[in-house]
Amino acid sequence: MDVERDTLHQLYYYLKLTRHLEERITSLYRQGKIVGGAWTSNGTEAISVGYSYALEKDDVTAPYFRDMGVFLVRGITPRRIVAQYLGRKTGVTGGKEGNVHIGDINFGCFGFPSHLADNYPVAAGAALAFKIRGEKRVAASSTGDGGTSRGDFHEALNFASVLKLPVVFFCNNNQYAYSTPLEKQMAIKDVAERSLAYAMPSEIVDGNDVVAVYKVSKEAYKKARAGEGPTFIECKTMRMHGHSEHDAAKYVPRELLEEWKKKDPILKMENYLLENNHASENELKDIDKRVHDVIEDAEEFAENSPYPDGKEAVEGLYATPIEKVKTL
Amino acid sequence: MKEITYVEAIHQALWEEMERDDSVFILGEDVGIYGGAFRVTEGMYEKFGELRVLDTPLSESGFTGAAIGASLVGMRPVVEMQFADFISCAFDQIVNVAAKNYYRWGGKTPIVIRAPYGGNIHGGAFHSQCPEGWFFHTPGLKLVAPAFPSDAKGLLKAAIRDDDPVIFFEHKFLYRRIKEEVPEDDYVIPIGEARIVQEGSDISVITYGAMVHTALEASKNLEESGISLEIVDLRTLMPLDKETVFDSVKKTNKVIVLYEATRSGGVGAEVAALISEEVFNYLDGPILRISAPDTPVPYSPPMEEYYLPQVEDVVEAAEKLAAY
Repeated sequence: MDVERDTLHQLYYYLKLTRHLEERITSLYRQGKIVGGAWTSNGTEAISVGYSYALEKDDVTAPYFRDMGVFLVRGITPRRIVAQYLGRKTGVTGGKEGNVHIGDINFGCFGFPSHLADNYPVAAGAALAFKIRGEKRVAASSTGDGGTSRGDFHEALNFASVLKLPVVFFCNNNQYAYSTPLEKQMAIKDVAERSLAYAMPSEIVDGNDVVAVYKVSKEAYKKARAGEGPTFIECKTMRMHGHSEHDAAKYVPRELLEEWKKKDPILKMENYLLENNHASENELKDIDKRVHDVIEDAEEFAENSPYPDGKEAVEGLYATPIEKVKTL
Repeated sequence: MKEITYVEAIHQALWEEMERDDSVFILGEDVGIYGGAFRVTEGMYEKFGELRVLDTPLSESGFTGAAIGASLVGMRPVVEMQFADFISCAFDQIVNVAAKNYYRWGGKTPIVIRAPYGGNIHGGAFHSQCPEGWFFHTPGLKLVAPAFPSDAKGLLKAAIRDDDPVIFFEHKFLYRRIKEEVPEDDYVIPIGEARIVQEGSDISVITYGAMVHTALEASKNLEESGISLEIVDLRTLMPLDKETVFDSVKKTNKVIVLYEATRSGGVGAEVAALISEEVFNYLDGPILRISAPDTPVPYSPPMEEYYLPQVEDVVEAAEKLAAY
């Protein structure tokens, strides 16, 4: 599959945007400006950018918390994301939720529940709706390696496979579930082996190669759209920060980080673009400048945004309010 | 109007909503070819096809999560829990995903979970529970528990048309034991409205589900002693119709809260707390609770009978309260 030059540039833009937006969030966190915690996808950005960029506009995603690239690619603006982190009214959820607990149905992004793999069956359900209605849409969902040990992961794979649903499941295998390494999480070598039990086809891809992730996703969506059922895609990568920004991750051997530093997804993409004449140094610089400007603007917007009123906490519980009864 | 059973009323509501709106579909264990463990979905697989009356693998969390996902893209799924007891397997999807979607990020989640609940059928600890209390403590859900066929039909239609997640507690003991004339035309019973099923002057019995019928029987037994019960059927447990409850308390000044669930920390406790908090000055006596004890549901008939609130318990409590 040939990937168009423009697409390659967009993938690079979103990789950089994801990396630098999250770095800015980390810096705001260190300045004490973030009201709660901060989680990043540092080192694993190629996964969320690659699989979401391969989707069509009408498709939906049920992401997890190392999926900042999904939110950005789907069109949720950095302004709203930084404001979300700062607990402002202009944030994606108006202050009801914080940080990476983002969802906006207008962009086909389902909210992320902290309980990992909860979004797997939810994505399968959206795919079921598409199948019932005969629509050529697909659903994509992801979780970490840790989440693949939960029941919802297995129930979703089984459900989707039995019903041949147009859904693609991704695993951001970043080798640690918080502090617990893979070998203490599962007795198998590859997470993808889990899909064998459900007769679901799987792929293993270099999670640091955004073009590879994009291509393998595109193929899986094509199959799903054609009624050929779900695919499980394991993206092998390495989490380069702690579980969250408060966590120094001293449990990760330094050599492992050194080794993966050389495989950094942005470095990899830069080299690929330049070596194959898909982009010039100047083009990349222009993209970097755009990324920088967008982030500056987002931070300024968020910091100047108002907080919600405290009493908004008890508003908006129901989509269909009960007229007669004051519930709160 | 035709007389139909409680289970027929639920069947009718589902059938009519499926015909009215293509986005309504049913999923759960054995709901398709078999027609449901309680025959609620009988004939629907043949009529609406295998995708809209979907037999699922045995995975409550999986198919409840799937219902949530389908609802987020415009469907109105009706999930059948084979027994309400098995809803615990889907607890996380219900309380963390469905209940919080709209509040957290504006995700409309119009799902209905049908939960056949309650005892008196010799089902033991895992086929007899009243789990409404688990969900009563979860903001974002709506909980309904009809006691009559007409309410079951109208409330199920309202639940399906509502944009929020609704758990529909249908009492298994009532399925084929009560009949009532039910309107044949399309109607809904609004969620959030209690109903005075019997007017009375001396004591308000606040109740719901199968216990409404226990209260009605107790009321007959009390005629001789001249104690008049006003019976308030909550119908919706969340959000609770405080107004109707308080109006009744203001009228009778005495209250019994009657419920089949275990005693502590549930709907009954909340009703008692609300009354003492907001209409305390109208009370002429203590608020009495009649409930199941705080144990699992026992199997052997004498034990289950001892466990479940009985007509005599209501009579005894009413006589005690009347003395105030």
